[in-house]
Amino acid sequence: MGALIQYIESYLKTNDVTPGAAGNIFWAFVYIVLVFLGLSVAVIAMNWLERKILAHMQVRLGPMRVGPHGLLQPIADALKLLLKEDIMPAEADGFVFWMAPLIVVLAAFTVFVVVPFGPTHAITDMNIGILFMLGVSSLSVLGIVTAGWASNSHYPMMGALRSSAQMISYEVAMGLAVVSAILMTSLHGPGLYGVGGGASDTGTLSMIGIVQAQQEQGVWFAFKFFPLGLVAFFIFAIAMVAETNRAPFDLPEAESELTAGFHTEYSGFRWSLFFLAEYSAMIAVSSIAVTLWLGGWLRPFPNLLSGPTWDLVFSVFPGITFLALAAMCFYSTARMPKHPLFKIQTIGLGGFGAVLALIGLILFVPQVRDRVGDIFWFCAKVAAFMYLYIWYRGTFPRYRFDQLMKVGWKILLPIGLAVFILTAIAGIVGFLMSQPVLH
Amino acid sequence: MTPVATPFFFYLLTAIMIIGGVLVITRKNAVHSALALISTLLAQAGLYLMLYAPFVAGVQIILYAGGIMVLFLFVIMLINLERSIRERQFNKQWLIGIVAAAALGGLFIAVYAKGKTLFPAGRVTYAEAQNTQGVASLLYDPHTGIYMFSFEIASLLLLVAIIGAVVMAKKRI
Repeated sequence: MGALIQYIESYLKTNDVTPGAAGNIFWAFVYIVLVFLGLSVAVIAMNWLERKILAHMQVRLGPMRVGPHGLLQPIADALKLLLKEDIMPAEADGFVFWMAPLIVVLAAFTVFVVVPFGPTHAITDMNIGILFMLGVSSLSVLGIVTAGWASNSHYPMMGALRSSAQMISYEVAMGLAVVSAILMTSLHGPGLYGVGGGASDTGTLSMIGIVQAQQEQGVWFAFKFFPLGLVAFFIFAIAMVAETNRAPFDLPEAESELTAGFHTEYSGFRWSLFFLAEYSAMIAVSSIAVTLWLGGWLRPFPNLLSGPTWDLVFSVFPGITFLALAAMCFYSTARMPKHPLFKIQTIGLGGFGAVLALIGLILFVPQVRDRVGDIFWFCAKVAAFMYLYIWYRGTFPRYRFDQLMKVGWKILLPIGLAVFILTAIAGIVGFLMSQPVLH
Repeated sequence: MTPVATPFFFYLLTAIMIIGGVLVITRKNAVHSALALISTLLAQAGLYLMLYAPFVAGVQIILYAGGIMVLFLFVIMLINLERSIRERQFNKQWLIGIVAAAALGGLFIAVYAKGKTLFPAGRVTYAEAQNTQGVASLLYDPHTGIYMFSFEIASLLLLVAIIGAVVMAKKRI
């Protein structure tokens, strides 16, 4: 027992590595559970937010019935899905039909092993981090393809074929954009156009290493070699929407043409697995974008606005965010209808606001404040991307399939190649110019 | 930190590979064969991990399991499965089969019997934290890059294959 406690405490003393790197199984397990729970909560919140925001963009109210402002709607939906009859088409391929949602969910969740929420707040740090993320997330297309095929039905088949063609096409552009960002990790010079000058000239693929390279160079890679980094970032931002089969690239599940695409024949629990996988894949690719181009866990302007005063100003953001959410809850509580039927809902909303306010107050405690700052900024950046996903869905009409292929192969791929080559040239030229001239 | 490369994992991954490989040729349904092949390739990636080559394992997943197998499935789905199931699955080529199996088996037995003297006892391994950089220095470093030439030859081969595919797919260039 004493040895066990010692084992658990040993990780807390080493304060600068991830549990995976420290080889501590207990804390790695704790982190896995935390990430899994956080992800599930995020998917539930996304479900509610997407409906509400889309509804408000279309001047509707969205879900209002279950719970105050429809807050309990996702939970009601989840219960409904679990209780629904699980249907399998008569001629379907049973084993493959059963495997497909599992492949998609496993691929979507496994990538979070390397997502860096902070310098120590990741399950583990791999030397091949970004390669691992791209590789495992590319496995999800296998699940989609087999789901469409195993349903033994025409719409899912069409959806699966479209999906595989689309995901392979956009993976190329995505990979090129990622490579040009990785190239930037090997240029150790500080500043917007800085190259060379560091102790070594090697780059890194590790997710934590990529963020640390941005910290060392003092610039987010989205702005490095302006506008090269920004172009690569935009290519990735477009390709990642296509990779996750979301509007305006949601051709594999285009409801006006294909009913629901590859998951037409799925219902109940298995359908909910596809839903879970789609949203966690969205969070995963958003965290790749945040890590590679937007400075990961770094707070805004760590160099320009440095010093203890600014550190303090930025460290109260998490608490203020939660207090603002709580204030919104209290405002809505005050505006609830004063009818006896709404009594429970009013109390519930007030209680929810109180919980949020309590979390906000806890986040002001100095010890907590210092440890959650990185997680907060990472999650805030990812949340911005999630909002963009909803915004795209609310504003852009769906592409035609030939237009989609044209964008992928004839526009994004050449631009990605050009950015990659130009980044390499900029790095070499800058490196040669920074060398002392020999005569 | 104890190494994870225990014999248990080796036997597990090898069992997955062998079972997957057998299923690839015995399944009548081509999609099932492709799925078995995917599990074989993923287990192979696990073996690379055991050999302290995480970069190769990652590339294996991204290229074979993620890219090539999706194209496989894509093509298989366009085949008329009902007709292909009715077709004969095996060719009767006993003589060549026995010769090939005996040659390969003999090779395996020879390696098993003499393996200790055939291969060098130790080799350069890069620590997990430096693996990718190690691969790069073996390929490109002016002093230690001993595999640059063979790497470029292999990429030339790929270029030839790409040009060949374009020539064959397009009737008029």
